[in-house]
Amino acid sequence: MSKVVVVTSGKGGVGKTTSTAAIGAALAQSGEKVVVVDFDVGLRNLDLVMGAERRVVFDLINVIQGDAKLHQALIRDKRIETLSILPASQTRDKDALTSDGVAKVIAELREKFDWILCDSPAGIERGPAMAMHHADIAIVVTNPEVSSVRDSDRIIGLLDSKTERAQRGERVEKHLLITRYDPVRAARGDMLKVEDVLDILSIPLLGIIPESQEVLKASNVGVPVTLNNPETAPARAYQDAVRRLRGEKLEMSIPQERRSLVERLFGRRVA
Amino acid sequence: MSIFQFWRRKPTASVARDRLQILLAHERSSFGSSDLVARLQEEIIAVIRRHMEIDPDKVQIKLDRGNHVSTLEIDIEVPLAERARLA
Repeated sequence: MSKVVVVTSGKGGVGKTTSTAAIGAALAQSGEKVVVVDFDVGLRNLDLVMGAERRVVFDLINVIQGDAKLHQALIRDKRIETLSILPASQTRDKDALTSDGVAKVIAELREKFDWILCDSPAGIERGPAMAMHHADIAIVVTNPEVSSVRDSDRIIGLLDSKTERAQRGERVEKHLLITRYDPVRAARGDMLKVEDVLDILSIPLLGIIPESQEVLKASNVGVPVTLNNPETAPARAYQDAVRRLRGEKLEMSIPQERRSLVERLFGRRVA
Repeated sequence: MSIFQFWRRKPTASVARDRLQILLAHERSSFGSSDLVARLQEEIIAVIRRHMEIDPDKVQIKLDRGNHVSTLEIDIEVPLAERARLA
């Protein structure tokens, strides 16, 4: 039975696209058939973060409007065979996302893939509503920062009222993913602690992604952080989150950067 | 990361700059618009259809936007009956 997962947040810039790419790649590496779908019509970026921007021919809107077949718009990842990308349109506007069209595409994707990861645009308008509508599972990406937590709370409300599952009287399985977390600043009292965020939002925790330079390096080269350097702290944090998403019971931890012998000798990070 | 990799590796920021320059050059030109590729597909299929029966679903289009040249690869499956007729 395939699962539709929406990666959402309300607020922009908290790491939805980064997280979609990282989680999609890690899931696909474990042998699952995965498609990552960009719902940010007009401002697509998932293709760029995944390193597929040169190969986009058709997009979600072309498929919805019947200009292309789904298999023509899907881009097969060059690194992982079981991973595909469905890009958003860069030229159309979000009104081209019709409910019927999205429903048809999702139904067709369910036949081909085990996991359908929908990368939601920011906000609470049509784009995010379409991205979350068919979700079985929601990953709510939140930064330990007041405006992000507030917007996440708003999104959780929408997940419980506006989705197909909610309208059928069922629940969307919700998970919290805290990104850009800095344990040192949290311990100093300069950043909301994980417990604070959990207390306020009260949905189960999927993972804690530490603030790291590796995230920017990975997006610079167009490789999901879980593939670019799987040993780094954020990559390991995403891998743990994926294991929990697949149902494993794993103790919660915040992975730290491993320091090599050279780095330890010099007492600092080399690169 | 070892100290040797540090010297060998190209800084990621310059990779990012190169990728963006190529992408934006294409997006600012007409070739970057997905509408053009859709139109091209339609017209190419129409031309081929004048000569043989093909299934529009069996057409695969691939694009690779490069620094100096882009390649457009169109893969059309020709049915067995058509091949026999052409032979």
